[in-house]
Amino acid sequence: MRDQIRQVLSEHARLPVDVATLDDQDDLFRAGMTSHASVNVMLGLEEAFDIEFPEAMLRKATFESVAAIETALIHLRSVTA
Amino acid sequence: MTVVRAEMLEIVTHVADEFAAPNADDVDRRARFPVETIEGLKAAGVLGALVPTELGGMGATMSEAGDAIAALSRRCSSSAMILAMHHLQVACLAAHGRNQILRAFLAEVADRQLLLASATTEVGVGGQLRTSKCALEVTGHRFGLEKQAGVISYGAHADAILATCRRDPDAPPSDQVLVLCTPPGLALEQTTEWDTLGFRGTCSPGFVLRAEGDLDQVLTDPFGEVAAATMLPVSHVLWAFVWLGLASSALAKARQFVQAEARKNPGTTPAGATRLAELVVVHQQLEWMVRAAAERFDHRAPGEDQSMGFALSFNSLKVAASTLVVDVVTRALGICGMAGYSQRSPFAMGRLLRDAHGAALMVNNDRILGDNAQLLLIYKES
Repeated sequence: MRDQIRQVLSEHARLPVDVATLDDQDDLFRAGMTSHASVNVMLGLEEAFDIEFPEAMLRKATFESVAAIETALIHLRSVTA
Repeated sequence: MTVVRAEMLEIVTHVADEFAAPNADDVDRRARFPVETIEGLKAAGVLGALVPTELGGMGATMSEAGDAIAALSRRCSSSAMILAMHHLQVACLAAHGRNQILRAFLAEVADRQLLLASATTEVGVGGQLRTSKCALEVTGHRFGLEKQAGVISYGAHADAILATCRRDPDAPPSDQVLVLCTPPGLALEQTTEWDTLGFRGTCSPGFVLRAEGDLDQVLTDPFGEVAAATMLPVSHVLWAFVWLGLASSALAKARQFVQAEARKNPGTTPAGATRLAELVVVHQQLEWMVRAAAERFDHRAPGEDQSMGFALSFNSLKVAASTLVVDVVTRALGICGMAGYSQRSPFAMGRLLRDAHGAALMVNNDRILGDNAQLLLIYKES
C-alpha cells in the first residue's frame, strides 16, 4: 500500500524533492506540497484505491505524511468493508 | 483608558462621528493616513479588542469586533479597513503565538495600543498568500529577514508588522512561517506610491522590509495552519463588515434622499421609493450574511477550522459580500441620481463607489473562486 501511495505522490504532489528520499513519517507539506497539489493527491488516491474521502477526513492532517495517508486508507477500507 | 466589551460599539461610533466623519473626504482626497481616527481608537483602547482578557485586552468576539468596524466604516471605510487589518493580525497572534515573548507582546498591544500591520504579499509572487520567496536567515537564536513586500497597508504608520516568509533558506516556497517584526529590529524602505481609486487612506505602498529579532518572534504554528484557521476566515469576515458599513452608508443616503422627496409631496409616493425597497432587500442579504458568518466563526467547533467546508464557506463569503457591496452602492447612486453623482452634495456617492470596487480586487475574487474550484473537485458534504 505504501508503494502505491508513494506512486500517487510522485505523480501528483509536485514535491521539489524525490518522494523516495522522504521517510513515511516526514511532513509532506514541510517538504513543499502545496494545498493545490494536495487536492490532486486526494484525487489520485481516490482513483488509485477506488475510495472516496468523506468530509470529516478532508483536512491537512489526513494527508501530511505517507503514514498518515496509509492510516486513513486502512480506516476507510475497514468502514466500507 | 480601557473600555469594556459592552461599551466598544458605542465608543467606536463616537470616534467615527467625532474624528472619522469630518476627515473622511480629506483622507480620501489626499490619500493620507486617518491619523485623527486611529489616535481616537487608541485613546479609547479599541486596538486591544481582540487581545485575550488575561493579557489585558477586551477578549471580544468576531461579531463584536465586526459591529464596531461596520460602525466606523459608515463614516470612513479606509479607517475601518485599517482597524480590520489590525484586528486580523491580533487574532493571528492570539490564536497561534503561544510562547512567552509573543504573549508578552500581545499584552503590550493592549497596554500601549500598538497598531499592527501585515506583509504577506511579495514582489514576484504577487498575492499568492501561500507562497514565499524570502526566507528567515537563522543564526543561533536570532533571525534576519529581508522581504520585497509589494504592499504593506499603513506600513509607515504601524508599530509592528507580521510578515510571511519561508522557514529557512532551504525550505520550499510553501513551507512558510509568520514572524513578528518589531522596532528597533525593523526597517522599511518605501519602493512605490499608493495612489488608487479607493481605500486611499489605507496608505498601502510597497516596501523593502528588513528585520531581525529573536526566533521566539516566529509564530508557533506553521503558516499553513494560521492561514486556514485564522487569517483567511477572519480577514474575510472583518473585511465584509467594512463593506457592510460602507453599504449602510450608501443606503442611509438613498433613504434620506427618498424621504426628502416624500416630504415635498405628501400623498405621492416618490419615484425612488420602490427602488429603495429593492435596495433594502439587497442590503439585508449582505447584512444578514455577514452577521451569520461572524456567528459561525465565533461558534466554530474545535478542529473545524482546518476543514474544507470551513474554507469554502469563508471564501464564498468574501466573493458574495464584495459583489453585494457594489450592488448596494450602485443602486443607491441610481436612487439619488445627479445628487449622488455630484461630488459636493450631501448625497455624494463617489467615494463610496470607488471604495466598494476595491472589495472584489483586494485578493481578487477570481483567485478565491479558483481556490474553491480546486476544493470542490474533492469536497463532499458531511
